Amino acid sequence: MSRETTRTTSRKRLSGWLADAALILYFVFALFPIAWMVILSLKPTNELFSTYFSFSPTLDGYRTVLGDSEGIPFVRFFVNSLVVSLGAVALSLLVGLPAAYASARWRFKGSENLMFTLLSFRFAPELTVIIPLFVLYQKLGLFDTYVGMVWVLQLVTLPLIVWIMRSYFADLTPELEQAALLDGYSRKQAFFKVAIPLVKPGIAAVSLLAFIFAWNNFVFPLILTSNEAQTVTVGALSFLGGDRPKYNLTAAAALVSVVPPLLLALTIQRYLVRGLSFGAVKS
Amino acid sequence: MGWRLRLRPYVLIVPALLLTCGILYPFGLGLYYTLFDFSASKPQPDMVRFENYETVFTQEAFWNSAWVTVLYAVGAAAVETVLGVTVALLLHRSTIVGRVLEKILILPLMIAPVIAAIIWKLMLQPSVGVINYLLRPLGLGGVQWTDTPTGALLSSIAVDVWVYTPFVAILALAGLRSLPTSPFEAGAVDGAGWWYTFRRLTLPMLWPYVLVAVIFRFMDSLKVFDIIYALTEGGPGDSTVVLQIRAYLEAIRFQRYSFGISYTIVLWAVVYLAAMVLVKHLGKIQRKAAEVAAK
Repeated sequence: MSRETTRTTSRKRLSGWLADAALILYFVFALFPIAWMVILSLKPTNELFSTYFSFSPTLDGYRTVLGDSEGIPFVRFFVNSLVVSLGAVALSLLVGLPAAYASARWRFKGSENLMFTLLSFRFAPELTVIIPLFVLYQKLGLFDTYVGMVWVLQLVTLPLIVWIMRSYFADLTPELEQAALLDGYSRKQAFFKVAIPLVKPGIAAVSLLAFIFAWNNFVFPLILTSNEAQTVTVGALSFLGGDRPKYNLTAAAALVSVVPPLLLALTIQRYLVRGLSFGAVKS
Repeated sequence: MGWRLRLRPYVLIVPALLLTCGILYPFGLGLYYTLFDFSASKPQPDMVRFENYETVFTQEAFWNSAWVTVLYAVGAAAVETVLGVTVALLLHRSTIVGRVLEKILILPLMIAPVIAAIIWKLMLQPSVGVINYLLRPLGLGGVQWTDTPTGALLSSIAVDVWVYTPFVAILALAGLRSLPTSPFEAGAVDGAGWWYTFRRLTLPMLWPYVLVAVIFRFMDSLKVFDIIYALTEGGPGDSTVVLQIRAYLEAIRFQRYSFGISYTIVLWAVVYLAAMVLVKHLGKIQRKAAEVAAK
């Protein structure tokens, strides 16, 4: 080995280390806040501000948050989040899957317009819809109800499900369904027995992603619920109230409310690119 | 049989259409309200035509909000793009460290932005927050993060960057992994250096992917609400009152419904204009990428 090549390999190795170090630096920035929340949530109230990294861990913060003892019914908020997010995804799947299939398989008058109208919801300022709904819901008795929340969450879940499922259906070769039709299947059977099973992983992934976005939504429940149907994102803010914010309780509430989306997100890594870009980028 | 076949797509699409109309109705209602002076104190409103919009455009407060919104959106989108692409390039090397870290890349992105803002609010608290504690050895213990106008804006952009950088990184990484290999092979034969390869080959072909991410991020940060609401509520003063926060204060806090909606309609128009410009640009960038890939 000549001196020349040793120099290039050692330079290569050094730049590799530097690149890894830069990556680690970014991930410290990305993960430290989450780690810090865990630490805060385990701190007893009397050690909140006296020390930073040394303390006697306790689960009291979680007990208080999940025991509703601060006058904040956090468990109910959690259940509410679950109910409205599941409801929103179910309704979007029910009407969105047929629409996505139809628009992927047939070119017909108005289909493109409908698709782009749906997509435009994704980029509209939420308050354009929420302020009129705030007035309307009070009249209709939908204010602070599950039904009202599921309805308005369609703004979040429906465009996502329709656009992504459309790109999955478009990727399927129509020959498979045509073969099924030749075998004497009806169109309906071809859809349920051939098309749907083939895109099942896509349906599962997009449903989970839609669930995560519905769960993480804040502005709808902030304005359209007050107590009965309030969700965790709004509920977590209540612990910040008062003149001495209860850091450990706030941290515990924040952590409890991010557990479902984080767990689900780790299971759909493979499908994220298409999901996050509305089918614009396929990996 | 023929007409039934022709009707089929419509039958499948009707439920979605009905639901869409159910969402379009409040949109339309909102537009209609902006032509009246509807508020909680005036439940029997009068038609005022375009007076609400005239008031919006002549208000100091609107121009301040528009300025803050643009600063926030440009700042957040720019930092996220540079940082996201950098992280993607570093992960693309596929070292052991990179492969381990890639699995947890999405965590901040899946945390509700409002929760992210709460987390950062606790960390940025000047006297007891952990960030100033960690900065103390550097002689910077007392930074008033969210209590100064500039600090508040930068802090809220930092939260946006924390949440959304993975979004750009994930799309850019997908792009890097799907680039054609032949231009790079040709470059290697010609003895092209690292910088030349990056500037002339990687970047032009990667741009379409990055631009999709930029479009999403820029349009979303123009209508930011959650992060500002939880971190600063628009303060101090009105230094972080972005347009959606202003609309919220007008419509919900002061119950001037018509006026609040007028604000969001103006914002909507801005988002649409931005989208049109960016999407037009996307077409150009895609053609350029195709040229490079064909070499």
